[in-house]
Amino acid sequence: MKKAFSLALIPVAALALSACSGLGSPDYDKIHAEAVKASFQANGIATLDYLKQDPSNELCSAADVAGKPLDEKTTKALEEAEMKTIKWPSDGKFLGDWKKGETIAQSGRGLTWTDTATTVNGGNCYNCHQIDKKEISFGNLGPSLYNYGKLRGVTDPNSPQAKAIVEYTWGKLWNSRAYNACSQMPRAGHKGILNEQNLKDIMALLLDPQSPVNQ
Amino acid sequence: MKHAVVHRRLLAATLALSAGAAFAQGNTALDGIAKYREMLQDGNPAELFEMKGEELWKQKRGPKNASLEQCDLGKGPGVLKGAFTELPRYFADTGKVMDLETRLIHCMVTLQGFNEADLYKAAPSIGRGEGANLVAITTYVATQSKGMRFNLPFNTEQEKTMYEVGKRLFFQRGGPHDFACATCHNTDGGRIRLQELPNLTKNPGDGVGFAAWPAYRVSNSQMWTMQKRLNDCYRQQRFPEPKFGSDVTIALSVYMGVNSKGSESIVPAIKR
Repeated sequence: MKKAFSLALIPVAALALSACSGLGSPDYDKIHAEAVKASFQANGIATLDYLKQDPSNELCSAADVAGKPLDEKTTKALEEAEMKTIKWPSDGKFLGDWKKGETIAQSGRGLTWTDTATTVNGGNCYNCHQIDKKEISFGNLGPSLYNYGKLRGVTDPNSPQAKAIVEYTWGKLWNSRAYNACSQMPRAGHKGILNEQNLKDIMALLLDPQSPVNQ
Repeated sequence: MKHAVVHRRLLAATLALSAGAAFAQGNTALDGIAKYREMLQDGNPAELFEMKGEELWKQKRGPKNASLEQCDLGKGPGVLKGAFTELPRYFADTGKVMDLETRLIHCMVTLQGFNEADLYKAAPSIGRGEGANLVAITTYVATQSKGMRFNLPFNTEQEKTMYEVGKRLFFQRGGPHDFACATCHNTDGGRIRLQELPNLTKNPGDGVGFAAWPAYRVSNSQMWTMQKRLNDCYRQQRFPEPKFGSDVTIALSVYMGVNSKGSESIVPAIKR
């Protein structure tokens, strides 16, 4: 218990220090890091590794705290680095089964400390997006994806005309931050939330002209 | 008798909700949920926790066979009214910023002689033993500030530090999904599925967000305090588990509590 409550003493120490040396306010970033270290414990599959931030999460979090977006140069550099992580379909096929895609989009399961390593991960898609119009329980943190393919003129996903939007959609699902440095959307492929087949099925849900999304 | 009445009301409300949901879309569905909550207010099972908490507050317990009636929650020994809506706050006697739950544990240790480590070990189990007792006492004490507005003192360096740490935690992205508290709670009018999300970077309104807890949750028949609320937020956020009463839980509570200044507490609230 002693360790968990060490923080309360730090500001006093920091104050004493600043009084002596004439330094400004306490180093909140440092105190924050120490609080995180002392406060979290691993539980099941949710280990302390979950707390490790890649450069993208580190920079985006700091920008949010500061209330200022990243500058253009940093944004570009992050997006380029994220773009390089995208793995394209190994067999060149982008679309799977939209019915399976709907099941994945509906599920919000996986990767919490009450899940196990064998839990089938969901895509959490309906939590934030409207997709199939029949599902009225959808979130609104992301844009509506109803008629996603139809609105973009996709009549044949295998046609050369559809190539650009099909590739963009795959890339966005694999690593959303390749297109928007601090996107709030999980990097489903890059972080291993969904596998290649899962993503193909989601692609079909969004782009297959037979999918209810495009009716 | 009371139980039977409560359950009948819950059943009626649940039926009304499912019937409503079948026809509802968008705002109509949200209206249905609001109506469902309103019906539940009529027989809020949180009252049972409140009653148990009052008994425990007054009962002589622990190795020192003392009650909690002399516990100082920030406004002097035994002062309950308005104490909750000024927490968390800095306590000079411990040199720590404490929320209601950690302060109550402090009083159970100093006044009643309970073992601190044992209480912290028991606290996360909200359904049994001293964990359940702490939930009941928390509900009772918080309810003494029902209808009052949050107004944390926020006038010490320690509280300022906790606020700044809380802000950094709020925006901290991590885990397999890159989620932060802010992912869901940094915008007005946001929803996950049909669940409305309070914007916790400011006062989100009376009885919303920080001012809506402790609350009885109908979906799992549990009374949840802010410690439990934060614990389950971090679970869904795909983070490791915050220890009960740890600095991150206090810092986030200070961040939300200060931002909620002026928001009316509707404790004990009722949730889906």
